Formats: sequence, C-alpha cells, structure tokens
Amino acid sequence: MTVSDGASAPAVGAGRTGRFSWRMRMGVAIALAAAALVLFLLIRTGADDVMRWDFRFGPSFDRRFRTASAIVLAAFCQGVATVLFHTVTHNRILTPSIIGLDSLYVLIQTVGVAVVGARFVDNSDSILQFLLQTAGMVLFAGVLYRWMFSGRFASLFLLLLAGVVMGLAFRAVSEFLQRLIAPSDFDALQIKLFGRLGSVNTELLPIAAVICAVVGVIVWRRRRVLDVLLLGREPATSLGVNHQRELTIALVLIAILVSVSTALVGPLTFFGFIIATLAYQVSGDWRHRATLPMSVLIGVFTLAAGQFVLTNVFYAAGTLTVIIEFCGGVAFLAILLLRKGTM
Amino acid sequence: MPSSPTAARTGSTSTTASGAGRYLLPGIAVLCVALVIASMLVGEYHITIGGLLHGDSEMWRMFFISRVPRTLALIFAGVAMSFSGVIMQRLTQNRFVEPTTAGTAEWAGLGILLCFMYIPGASPLVRMAVATTMAFLGTVVFLAIINRVRARKTAIVPLVGLMLGAVIGAVTTYIAIEGNMLQAVVAWRSGGFAHIVRGFYEPLWAVLVVAVACYLMANYFTIAGLGRDVATSLGLDYGRTVAIGVTMVALASGVTSVVVGFIPFLGLVVPNVVSMLRGDDVRKNLPWIGVFAVVLVVACDLIGRVVVRPMEIPTSVVMGVVGATAFLAIILSRRFRDSL
Repeated sequence: MTVSDGASAPAVGAGRTGRFSWRMRMGVAIALAAAALVLFLLIRTGADDVMRWDFRFGPSFDRRFRTASAIVLAAFCQGVATVLFHTVTHNRILTPSIIGLDSLYVLIQTVGVAVVGARFVDNSDSILQFLLQTAGMVLFAGVLYRWMFSGRFASLFLLLLAGVVMGLAFRAVSEFLQRLIAPSDFDALQIKLFGRLGSVNTELLPIAAVICAVVGVIVWRRRRVLDVLLLGREPATSLGVNHQRELTIALVLIAILVSVSTALVGPLTFFGFIIATLAYQVSGDWRHRATLPMSVLIGVFTLAAGQFVLTNVFYAAGTLTVIIEFCGGVAFLAILLLRKGTM
Repeated sequence: MPSSPTAARTGSTSTTASGAGRYLLPGIAVLCVALVIASMLVGEYHITIGGLLHGDSEMWRMFFISRVPRTLALIFAGVAMSFSGVIMQRLTQNRFVEPTTAGTAEWAGLGILLCFMYIPGASPLVRMAVATTMAFLGTVVFLAIINRVRARKTAIVPLVGLMLGAVIGAVTTYIAIEGNMLQAVVAWRSGGFAHIVRGFYEPLWAVLVVAVACYLMANYFTIAGLGRDVATSLGLDYGRTVAIGVTMVALASGVTSVVVGFIPFLGLVVPNVVSMLRGDDVRKNLPWIGVFAVVLVVACDLIGRVVVRPMEIPTSVVMGVVGATAFLAIILSRRFRDSL
C-alpha cells in the first residue's frame, strides 16, 4: 500500500536527540525565521538604509507586509503539505504537486485567458475566483481519492500514477492553448504560472489564513497518529490506527493546502521538497511535533531571507521563487543521485 | 515478485490472451492500412484516389510534398516512441517507463533550447545531435538513479522519472525565461506534424536504423530484463547491452523530439496493450507494437486534423488526452492491479 519498503521508515531512530534537544533547535529556528521576517519588513530600501538604520513605515511597508504574509502562508502550506505527504506515502522524495494539482491550476489559468483574455488574469486575485479555483482543485483531488480509494482500486500507487497521468494530460492541453493565445495575453498569463510573492491581493490573505489555521489545528491534533503512520501500514493498523481513514484525511488536507498555496502565490514544485528535507535533517526528532513546525520555519526563513537579499542586494525581487525552484530541483537531483538504500 | 513481474507472468497470459489476439490483431492491421490511406487523403488541399489514378500532376505533386512526408513522419515517430518504450521497459524491468516518464524527452528539450540559444542558425542535424546527446545523458542519469533504488516497486520508478523530468523542465523554463524564449519552447514542446513537408522529415529515417537494431537486439533486451545477475550468468554482456539500448532510445527520442516535439504515453500504452493481447515475447511483439503505434498516432493525428478544420490540434495534445485515458484504463485493469 505504501510507496516504499518498511526499511525506509524514519532512519533517525527513536527520537534522536543529538547534541541539542529538538526544543532548542526549534527555538533557534523560530528566532532565525522571525529575524528574517522582521529584517525584511522593516528595512526600507537598499544597503545604504541599513547603514543609517533608517527604518521607515509607509506605503511600501504595506506592500512588504503583504509579501511577508504571503511568505508565511506559502511556507506553512508547502511545509505542512509536504511533510504530511511524505508521511502518508512513506517516501521522502515525492512532493504533493506530483498528483497534478499545479497542472490543473495552470490549465484553469490558461483556459481562463484563452476564453476571456488577459482580463481573466487581472481579475484572478478576486476573492470569488480564488475560492472557485481552490474549490475546483480540492474537488478534483477529492474525486481522484474517492475513485482510487473506493473498494476495488484501493491503492496509493494507483492514486499517484493516476494523478501524474492526469497532470500530464492537463499540461498537454494547457500547452496547446498557450500556443493559440496572443503573445500579449501569453505574457500576462506567464505572471500567473510562476510562483509570485510580491503581488498577492490583500483581500485573499485573511481567507487563506483562516483556511490554513483550521487545517493547522486539525493536523496538530493528529500529530501523534501521524507519528504512528510513519511505522507503516501493518504496524499502524495493529496499533489501532484506521489506516485508510487517516490516509484519506491527510490527503484531503494536503489537497487543500496545496490548492490554497497555488491559488495564492502560484505553483511551487520543489519548494516543499527542499524545506521538508532540510527539516528532517535539522529538527533533531522525527516526530511530527518537531518536523511539521520546523519545515514551516525553514520555509519562512528561506523565503524571507531570500526575498530580503534579492530586494536589497540584487534588486531582483521577482525571481525568488524561480531561483528556489531551481535550487530545489538541483538539491532533489543531488539527493537522488547520492542517497543510498531504498526509496 | 515486483522486481520482474513480466517474467513471472509470461506463460499464463500468452495462453489466455491468444484468443482475443487472434481476431483483434488482423483487425488492427487492416485498420492501420485504412488509417494510413486516410492520412494521405485528408487535408486542406483536395486529394482523391480517383484524381491520383487519373494522373492529375498537381495532385501528385502536393501528395509527395505534403501528405507522404507527413504520413511517413507519423509512422516513424510512432515506431520510434513505442520501440523506445519497449527498450526502456526491459532495461528498467518496469512497465511504466518510457521516454516521457523517465525524463528523457525533457532532456532532449533542454538540448534543443540550448541549441536555440547558442547556435541560432543550427541545421536540424546539429540540433538532433545536441538533443540526442542530452537525451543520452538524461537516460544514463535516470538509470543511475533507478539502479540505486533497492525497492524497485512498480510505481515508484516512473514517479522518480517524472520528478526528474520536472526538474529538467524547470531548468529549461528558467533558461527560456532568461533568454525570452518561453513561447518558442512551449510551441516546440507541443509541436506536431502540421509543418512536416518534404525536406523537413528526412532525418526521421534514422528511426529505421533504431527499429531494425531493436528487432535484432530484442532477445538481448529480454535477457537484460531479467536483471544484471541473471543476465550475466546467462552469458550476456550486461553493460554493453544497456549502453546500446540507451543509445538507441536517445537517438530515437532525440530525433523525434526535434522534428515533431513530445508525443506522450505512446511508448507506454502500445507495448502494454500488445503484451496484454499477445504475451511478453518482445521479438515477436515488435512488429505488432509498430503497427499498433502507427494506428494510434495516425488516428490521433487525424482526430486533430478533422475536429477543428481548417485549424489543427497538435497530435501530442490529442495523444495526451487519449493516451492518459488509455493509461488509466491499463493501470486500473486487473492484470496490472496484481503487479502493483
């Protein structure tokens, strides 16, 4: 049922502590993430202002605050979703985007632009469109899970493969439509097809935050069950966990998180992978009480620090997500090639 | 068991499936001929059999400039992609591997983009060489990763390949954005057979070499598919067989992707369907795989040509949708459910 052998269950052993306890590590991570956020929020423009300690609040503060909120929400969604996904698939090299949700997002955006024109993209930050888009993606995932998990076809493999295949089909159709639309519409569309942190609509943030908070509470309350799921299907079942049910709940939560994140800041394929992988390395404890918050904190730190450096040193704030995807992809390749043992 | 489900099942399926195969396969062969003829006749320029028989010279001219090259390109591309699928499935001992699910196609795409950027006026032959080299590199990387995986579960291999393909796709996109070539890349990726005329498709004849070599090598691939240890103990030079196989796959997908872009799922659906009908004898199946691939590609191309006349839907798009449906049907069929 799970995607790997039991052998790949947490290699860390029983709550490895290392030299520092997981609480200490968490404290450091919180401090770093908060520092990066504050630094990003408070510094107005360039390195000159840092020298003069010239922190000013103004209209640009609003914009930065918006970006900072998007950073926190995106890190939360991607971090939690990826750790959950790794837990339920029993595999640490996949990311939830593999089941085709971001291809669906691209398809929705492309069809919108092909039918309505660039106007669709201009409106796409409206609350209605955000909610419809998210609902559409969650519905897709729900139907997929329902279909794949109902009786006859119950298999996680099939779910993943089916998602992948549908993703490929979505992509084929999107690419065809992208060829048909006018170059100006295509340029407008491109903005939507890459992760963007700087241009998030303020109105969407509270809604996304509420959704994230609800999902966060549900996940946190289940953290011990999730720890048991790490043991694998049979041990978990014999310990009294309803494996099928927990799997379904987790997958639905993942779908919600990925959909919210994608609708909010655009598709991110490897960001979740990279922060979850780092979280396993540095959290010092394999339990979800450590890995879940740690992945979110690493995500916040990476995005905020990256955005800060790009804005203030390289003056190229727009390309952060592309760079992260690039690095994430390279890290993914390196890990695949260098790791030993099972997947 | 999952390490080589094919070998384990060969006996039983070939006996049970032969009944269906006896009637279906001749039907497919007839269908293939009919579709090829249809492909030669359908299009904006009016061509009829009657006109051709009467020796209408203008009609014959258009026939050879446009229709014949296009149909040949379809045949070659279908054979190339499906044979690549067969070879890769043997070498990885996995039924879900083919150039698009192993990232090979994405590597070829990266090669083409690099060609666009650094050798703008490159001839198709140069582009093919670059694409083939990159495809070779990509396939080697994929095999290196897969060889490190001890748990060779059926589904994890294509998933890894797809993630790998996504990384390379991301790199390609990144470079394309930097070079302001994105729409060109998108256009090339979903490329099709619409622009195929005389003078553009000829490199595809190289596919014939791959096809013949594949037929001659079929039994070696079958033995290699038993795994390195078994193959070596049976007297096979495993490393060399893999190297030849990878080269053939790279050549086929490199050449095809330059001329017509990606054709998803073909290498996955066709060999699996033929295996379902006839069992797993690679060598005997190869001709049928070729025939069936031609049927599928030409049918998808015709759908794309007819539905939105006088415009065209690229074959890869039709194939993406048709192939995805067929693939879902295959993985949901009982036979595959057992092996997952």
